[in-house]
Amino acid sequence: MNSDKKTLFDKIWDAHVVGETGGNSSIIYIDRHYCHEVTSPQAFDGLRKRGLGVFRKDRTFCAPDHNIPTMHQDSPIVDPVSRNQVETLRRNADEFGLRLFDICDPHNGIIHVIGPETGLTLPGQTLLCGDSHTSTHGALGCIAFGIGTSEVEMVLATQCLLQAKPKTMRINVEGQLAPGVTAKDVALYIISMLTTGGATGYFVEYAGEAIRSLSMEGRMTLCNMSIEMGARGGMVAPDEKTFEYVKGREFAPRDAEFDRYMEYWRTLKSDDGAKFDREVTFNAADIKPRVTFGTNPGMGIGIDEAILEVPSEKAAGSSYLKALEYMGFRPGQKLAGTPVDYVFLGSCTNGRIEDFRAFASMVKGRSKAEGITAWLVPGSQQVLRQIRDEGIDRVLEEAGFELREPGCSACLAMNEDKIPEGKLCVSTSNRNFEGRQGPGARTILASPLVAAATALTGCLTDPRIFLSQE
Amino acid sequence: MKQKFSILRSTCVPLPVENVDTDQIIPARFLKSTSREGFGENLFRDWRFDVDGHPVPDFVLNDPAYGGSILVAGKNFGCGSSREHAAWAIADYGFRVVISSFFADIHKNNELNNFVLPVTVSEDYLSELFDSIRKDPKTEVTVDLHRQTVRNEATGREETFDINPYKKLCLEQGLDDIDYLMSRRADIEAFEKK
Repeated sequence: MNSDKKTLFDKIWDAHVVGETGGNSSIIYIDRHYCHEVTSPQAFDGLRKRGLGVFRKDRTFCAPDHNIPTMHQDSPIVDPVSRNQVETLRRNADEFGLRLFDICDPHNGIIHVIGPETGLTLPGQTLLCGDSHTSTHGALGCIAFGIGTSEVEMVLATQCLLQAKPKTMRINVEGQLAPGVTAKDVALYIISMLTTGGATGYFVEYAGEAIRSLSMEGRMTLCNMSIEMGARGGMVAPDEKTFEYVKGREFAPRDAEFDRYMEYWRTLKSDDGAKFDREVTFNAADIKPRVTFGTNPGMGIGIDEAILEVPSEKAAGSSYLKALEYMGFRPGQKLAGTPVDYVFLGSCTNGRIEDFRAFASMVKGRSKAEGITAWLVPGSQQVLRQIRDEGIDRVLEEAGFELREPGCSACLAMNEDKIPEGKLCVSTSNRNFEGRQGPGARTILASPLVAAATALTGCLTDPRIFLSQE
Repeated sequence: MKQKFSILRSTCVPLPVENVDTDQIIPARFLKSTSREGFGENLFRDWRFDVDGHPVPDFVLNDPAYGGSILVAGKNFGCGSSREHAAWAIADYGFRVVISSFFADIHKNNELNNFVLPVTVSEDYLSELFDSIRKDPKTEVTVDLHRQTVRNEATGREETFDINPYKKLCLEQGLDDIDYLMSRRADIEAFEKK
């Protein structure tokens, strides 16, 4: 083993170490920082109490996304508490001199969708946001992870974070994905194999042929879900696809500056022989369209499989039964064919243009099932514009679907988009926790293709059935 | 918020559930406050109260037999969302220590940043502690930060626990990371010029 062989993670981390603390924490310099309205107000208050300003104003960008309505965004927010939180972000951005992508601004959207699409997120960066799905940005080949509000305050005040270096894990997915199997299925498969806490303490690099074959949007979906197995973050080494994606985006470097960045970006890969603390390999051919059956994202199966039996270990077994009881399912039950009430397409996991293309390709020329309420929520204003430019909106309308306006929406139900108590929702979002989509709501996580197939039949449906008809 | 920590001896509140996510600790609809205070009243809201707002009698926080400033929880405590509101709710309710066999990363940092001490014990130790508390809800546990030990006073069993030495210093002296980072501002500016 040669110690000068470095992982991608180590290369970026080492380039950002300002110094050490004496304990095992390092001071890490942060290139890019995003704020949304839910986890930032107490951080700005903290700055005021300490009499501090924002140290590097050009490195932080703000956007409201969690609380915003997905209908009639041009009208004031009805819920006074939500409205206050959004207005507080507006006031804070103004007072501290930060760029804000406000509601209805052409840049607005879910912060993890707009970062990459505006070119603010770049390969090789260190990037933070007070939100666990910050791992999304790792798809571009940067170190990106979620932090708490005290840490948001830390970054605002000093542009640095104190952090112990995580361990590294490489997850290889070899071979080619079968038709109907998407990045979301890869994510749900890996999480169920490693469990919901299986990557805690690690920063993950995804590699292998199946990962390289994913589009940039697909890589974002995969990296987004890294936190659902406890990983600090996930990343994919940047390649030609990444550079092509970044080039020409509004805030990305241009011309000679772009070329200068490219010199650095081309070095961003794990060296041959670099040592990871853990390495696991999966075969793409083993991955089917996936669904969850429980109340954490690790409780998943292939869509044509039966719910697993109860674990024999006592504590695990009782938690497992508690989850099944909440969902109203039983061990050994097959889920395909289960009647569904709601379908949600959207979120920072699956709210990008590729997700809407996939959904539309399946419902094109078909009709939404009568009993299904479908909420289709683009991840950003830019995604919404693209949907219209590509005529996807017309395809959806003809099939009986209606588009909403961008935001986090029913992923965590902080706005009005709440799944009613007891109702079952097939959701392209990231968490099936109890009450996540509204008090008493029951969530099955799945890909946009599973969501589309389900919306057409009214019950949980394997999308491969429709693919074989084409 | 800044509270020094040295030794704590207390009875415990047992929550023998695995993978308790931060959405359970504090559901998203209670994240709309713009201050750090008052989250304790909604700690474990949807387990603690029914949809009409009435206390659920068999949830442990509603059981008068249990109390104290130590929460004992099943493994992978605090997974999911990064919301620091979860740590604020735990602190605001009055817990100073959370004992589990495994903590999710972000939540663990959030606890430490709010002067709540996460104590990681072995699976076996945790299981025995749950047993002790079940047999006698008045079972006390002593947590000594300086010695990094946790002691089940019912059985006398003691374990040591790990903590980042820097965070230990912060807890012992009531310092936070921003105080520290501000003292390193010159290094940060020098790094930027590189």
